[in-house]
Order: sequence, then structure tokens, then C-alpha cells
Amino acid sequence: MGTFKQGRSDSLQQRVIITVVGHDRVGIIAGVTATLAKYDANILDISQTIMQDFFTMIMIVDIAGCKLSLQELQVILKNKGAEIGVDINAQHEDIFKFMHRI
Amino acid sequence: MPITLMPEEILETINMIRSENLDIRTITMGVSLRDCSHDDIATTAQKIYDKITRKAEKLVRIGEDISREYGIPIINKRISVTPISVVGESCTSGEYIILARALDQAAKEVGVNFIGGFSALVQKGFTKGDDYLLNSIAESLAVTERVCSSVNVATTKAGINMDAVYRMGKIIKDTAGLTKEHGGLGCAKLVVFCNVPEDNPFMAGAFHGFGEPELVINVGVSGPGVVLNAVKSNPNVDFGSLATIIKHTAFKITRMGELAGREAARRLNVQFGIVDLSLAPTPAVGDSVADILEAMGLERVGGHGTTAALALLNDAVKKGGAMASSYVGGLSGAFIPVSEDAGMIRGVEEGSLTLDKLEAMTCVCSVGLDMIAVPGDTTAETIAAIIADEAAIGMINKKTTAVRIIPVPGGKVGQRVELGGLLGTAPIMPVHPFSAEKFIRRGGRIPAPICALTN
Repeated sequence: MGTFKQGRSDSLQQRVIITVVGHDRVGIIAGVTATLAKYDANILDISQTIMQDFFTMIMIVDIAGCKLSLQELQVILKNKGAEIGVDINAQHEDIFKFMHRI
Repeated sequence: MPITLMPEEILETINMIRSENLDIRTITMGVSLRDCSHDDIATTAQKIYDKITRKAEKLVRIGEDISREYGIPIINKRISVTPISVVGESCTSGEYIILARALDQAAKEVGVNFIGGFSALVQKGFTKGDDYLLNSIAESLAVTERVCSSVNVATTKAGINMDAVYRMGKIIKDTAGLTKEHGGLGCAKLVVFCNVPEDNPFMAGAFHGFGEPELVINVGVSGPGVVLNAVKSNPNVDFGSLATIIKHTAFKITRMGELAGREAARRLNVQFGIVDLSLAPTPAVGDSVADILEAMGLERVGGHGTTAALALLNDAVKKGGAMASSYVGGLSGAFIPVSEDAGMIRGVEEGSLTLDKLEAMTCVCSVGLDMIAVPGDTTAETIAAIIADEAAIGMINKKTTAVRIIPVPGGKVGQRVELGGLLGTAPIMPVHPFSAEKFIRRGGRIPAPICALTN
């Protein structure tokens, strides 16, 4: 897997990390990206891999132009995940930046 | 500067939260009640209730918002207030139970599970308000659900107020008696301190100190499970490398606290106070400080080598945590509560962990003899002597020590008492059968030690 190189911290962006974990099957990426597109969440980067037999996808998404709040989007994604059989979590990017970078 | 996050780092964070019980243990809002005094106690109670419910109205909702948006559990939202001995001092009545009820109702109204500050600082003696407060503790803890009480009986600068120590021995017995149908549960909400910190976010010892601002947000992190897995993954490294691994882990844990605290303070428009670096165990499997010590190579916690292992752990957590936060405070050290830590309970029940060894362990970590159940026939004088020993350790070593002890009514050594929830299950431990009564009955104050003369 590569690294997520994000440009300068743009205060106009509101970045969220979306992780998708589950058994691999057809249509996972399509299902998640279609949902994000529907609500105008802009995907900045995607990485995917298989870890311990689980399909793992990490996306960096800008929700500054999103029609929904983060909490609303979380609920929509959870429901979508249940529908296609994967676990989807959306978290504010800062939790990762804070833990791993000073 | 470009920010680069590795996918491995993202997955590490998620794994810590999902599998290793990483959480923010508490966001505690400190509220000054210094402007609530009145000579009529009912008016004081009303002012206390009104101020807390007004100032902390959004605390729980904002805590839950942060928890959801960042995807990190925030287990408790709590409130600490100015010591009630001071707030109630102007009242003509000494029925502080009225004030305790006001705190309890305010806590219930805003949805916090504990409110700390039914407290007094009496290391050198008692004012009228202190007297009233101490006289009200047992009954107040029996009739309220969420109120926590703490009394500071000693400091390095003042020495040990042995009259207060003796009174606390009796108050603990009374509290156990009044809550006997729940195994003496009231005692789990009562802490006796030496060198109490004034910005501690953890219960039951939290209160809002005299040097604190009007309102403040303090945060307590947790994460024994994360440290445990880091130690387990490195079974054969030497002590220097082990300390480094723990430091790195503590850094990451503490950063979560720093983030949550700053965000909560910003959203509540309240000053950010401190992050408390304490490793706080829970009864959950894998969330145990004892397990970390055993993973370091001890067969059972409490055996020889335990104090050294704990010293290394505690120091490495502080070093890693201190780098991660701009303001560190509170208790900041590993907690070793018996009832709240599955590994400690196992140690007691298998005979490896005794009260004496726990006392030694408190010399090298925070906080003290915490959540210890002892037989119901333990006398007030023996409990006072246990408190005096802990206070002496704190006083001489210029550190915080505390005693939270439960003389379980009718309880015998070998039995267990269920305290419920985060308070866990306490195995009843034996105390020494030899009396300290004559010593305790001397009264007066143990003078401040020579190491207090630092000026």
C-alpha cells in the first residue's frame, strides 16, 4: 500500500477517513462511491488491500460540499454497509493526524 | 507542510479502538461554585443546582458528538465542583445533605453519572464548614446516587492531620453501615487523600480546586489494553527497549485525550485544563494494568519484581504522555484499583497480591490503596492506620496517595462483593489482626517532614 499524500492543510476542506472492512465481493467500491457521490462527498484518495482475508478499503473524503453533516453521513454509510455486507466507518481525519503526527 | 498518513497508521488507530479498548475514560467539566454561597442552606442548594444545570447543560451532548465524529468512545462525562465545605461555609445550618441532594439532582438533570466535590481540605485542621461536611458524608453518600466525596487529610507541606485520619476511619465505617444492603457501596464514592491534586478528572476524587478558572475541561485517558498488546508483541526485548515501546504507545493514547479535550473545550467555549495520563483499567478482559505487569514477565501480579515492573511502566507512561500533551495534570500515573482490574482480582484470589504488596506498589505509581474490600469487622482504628500509612508514603515522597477502602458489612475474607458497572467486583482481603488503636488515639498532627522545607 502507498501513502496518502494530502496537499497543504486546506481549511476549506473537511476531511474524513472512511474505512470499509468485510469479505471481498463484487460491488463494494461501487456501492460506497455511489453513496458518497449522491451526497456530494468528494473522494480525494483511495487505497485498498486484503488484510487477514478481509477486504480493507481506506478513503480520504472531503465533505466540505456534502449535503449531509458528518453524523448524518455516518448513519447513511452504516446502513449502506449493512446492505452490502461490510462494516463502514467514517471518522474525522484529525483523530489519525493527532495520534501519529505532532 | 504536507501531511502523510500511512494506511498502516490508520488501521493501527482503528485496531486500538476496536480490539484493545482504547477510549477516553472521562471528560470532566470543572465548575466553580464559589458564587453560590448564602446563609440560607436551601438558597445555596438552589444556586448550586441552577449553576451546574446551566453551565453543564451541553456537556453530555457535545461529548457524544465528539465521540461519534472521531469514532472514539468517550466513556464518561462528569462534573467536578468547588469543595462543598467552602461553598456551604456561610450557611447557618449544617445539614449539608441538602447540598448533596442538589448536586445529585443537578448531575441527574444534565445526564452525568458522577459529580465530584463533596469535599474538604483539612490537612491542618477543621473550619466550621469542614466539620459540617465531614459530619454529613456518610448519610449523603447513602441517600444520593451520583455524588462523590473526597477529603484531603495530609500534605507534604502541612504533615498529617491524625484527627482527620481517625475521623475518616469512623466515617468510612458509618458509610459502609448505611449502605450495607449494597455491600458498602457508599465507600466506593469516598476517597481520603494526601497531596490531593486540584485538577483531577477521575472519580471519586475529583473536585474543582481553588486555583482553577470559573469553568474548565479536564480529560482522563485510558488504554491498558493498548499497552498490554504492545508489551505482549515484544516478549524478549530488554528493559530499555520495553520502556521505549511503552513510551510510544502512551504518546498515542495521550494524543487522543488531548484532541478530545481541546475539541470539547472549544465547543463548550470553556478553557481547556489538563490531560491526566493515568492508565485506568476496567473490569473488561484485556483492559488490566495487572496483565501488563504479568506480560512483562511476572508469573502473577504481587510477586517479587512487581514493584520494579510497575515503576518502569508508570515512568514510561509519563514520559510518553508528557510529550503528547501541552498540559499534563491530575493524578497522571498508573491506577491499581483492585475491584476494577480483572488481573488484580485474580492476583488477590490466587494469593499473590496482598495489602502489604499493594502498599509498596503505591510508592511508585498513583494513586494508592484503591477499591480495596476488607472484612466488615475491621475497626475504624485499623482503617485509620491504613490511611495513615498511605498518607505517610505520600507526604514523605511528595506525591499523591489515597485510600478508597470498603469494610464490607458482614463480609469475610475470601468472599466477593459486587459493586456494579465500572466499580467491578472486590475480593475481600485480610488486614493485619494487630491493633493500632493506641497509636491512632493519640490525636494531633504528624509534623511536616524536613523535605517540606524547600524555601
